[in-house]
Amino acid sequence: MFVQQFLEFLFGERLWGILADSFWKILLPGLTVTIPLTVIAFSLAMVIAVAAALVQFARVPVASQLCRFYIWVARGTPLLVQLFVVFFGLPRVGIRIDPFPAAIIVFSLNEGAYCAEIVRAALESVPSGQLEAGACAGMSYLQTMRRIVLPQAMRTAFPSLSNSLIAMVKDTSLASNITVAEMFMAARTIVAATWEPLALYIEVGLIYLLFSTVLTWFQRLGERRLSVYGNQEG
Amino acid sequence: MLTATDLHKSFGSLEVLRGVSLRVNQGDVAVILGPSGSGKTTLLRCLNFLETADSGQLTFDGEQFDLAHTPRRDIARLRKKTAFVFQNYNLFRNKTALQNVTEGLIVARKMPKAQAVELGERALAKVGLLDRKDHYPHQLSGGQQQRAAIARAMAANPEIILFDEPTSALDPELTGEVLSVMRQLAEDGMTMLVVTHEMGFARNVSNQVVFMENGVVVEAGPTQEIFLHPRQERTRAFLQTSVHPKERP
Repeated sequence: MFVQQFLEFLFGERLWGILADSFWKILLPGLTVTIPLTVIAFSLAMVIAVAAALVQFARVPVASQLCRFYIWVARGTPLLVQLFVVFFGLPRVGIRIDPFPAAIIVFSLNEGAYCAEIVRAALESVPSGQLEAGACAGMSYLQTMRRIVLPQAMRTAFPSLSNSLIAMVKDTSLASNITVAEMFMAARTIVAATWEPLALYIEVGLIYLLFSTVLTWFQRLGERRLSVYGNQEG
Repeated sequence: MLTATDLHKSFGSLEVLRGVSLRVNQGDVAVILGPSGSGKTTLLRCLNFLETADSGQLTFDGEQFDLAHTPRRDIARLRKKTAFVFQNYNLFRNKTALQNVTEGLIVARKMPKAQAVELGERALAKVGLLDRKDHYPHQLSGGQQQRAAIARAMAANPEIILFDEPTSALDPELTGEVLSVMRQLAEDGMTMLVVTHEMGFARNVSNQVVFMENGVVVEAGPTQEIFLHPRQERTRAFLQTSVHPKERP
């Protein structure tokens, strides 16, 4: 009974026709929405993360408390709730933001908080002797941070940051909830029209898998290039 | 050239330096000897503001500094005239041996890159590491790393180099190559202040000895005098226990 149903599903002409038709309809918003959303939001997240990490590492008064507060809120509340607050909630006080920019704001702030912790931990793993050596070479604190400490920290943080990026590609599917026309939204629309949820959700899942796989290759490539100066003490 | 007066420093309730004074003249090779925990390293770090002393005066190159309250600007200026060699080398791990030497010249002293590279290569050649100039620190042995660190220190043409136990982290067979570089530097007339446990180096290379214990200078003077005719009983006892075991065949 179940086997027969499965075989009919698998070998019916209808299924493969729908899959072939829908493939481009899903991939296209992937290329025009999911990837731009990820790239822009992650780039902004990196800027936020490095700034917040440096402020905390240098223990800048007031600013570092503000950073702690921001990270506490951004990590402690669900991403979906944050999306709803910004997109559905803020219009209540007259702030109307289009779906795509709203998603950019929420994803970069949310991701920035997680990455700030990764970068801060990496900065703290750089031996204090590196800063002292910079100072003794006559370099200022900022010069030593920029040229010596931060590059070493980013090398340490790289695998974890790549991990966050890969997680984020998949999280962008949540943006469909605030009407961003990204990949998952496209899949849902086609499901509504064809009523073929199993095949289409697996298909969109495979496209996310493809994106993640490409990013994993980039990660490996990046790690190989960064390993030039090793990661040992000394 | 460098005079420190009445230096005090505590870490919490532990009083590490209890009124230390010291004087180094141009061209001196001065060593600071003393048992572990006597405050030698802390003294050296205070002189370069790596630690902030609780009180004390520093005269360097005709300028007076209050060791407890020196503006950052003055610290930066003073550091450009001094160099520091660390016990654990502290080479920049993301830079090659040559870049380690040139980094401070280019970034802090605004030297043109070509000139910095030329100076850097000359300094590396002097410590016998020119063929390793493109190696990263983790590709070098401990002795090579410390020699690169000394090249970095001398390339800036400082008026004095401070050495903080430069051979203590090295295997015995590697200390020799570092000490011979330091001896060469001394013969070239570099002013050096060296915290060390190497009694052979103290005896044969230095011309001034400062003996410290429990945060005070017990005795200071010309090397020959201290080694041959120590006036204080503590100095004599320290020299006996430190010198003889190493000189036995």
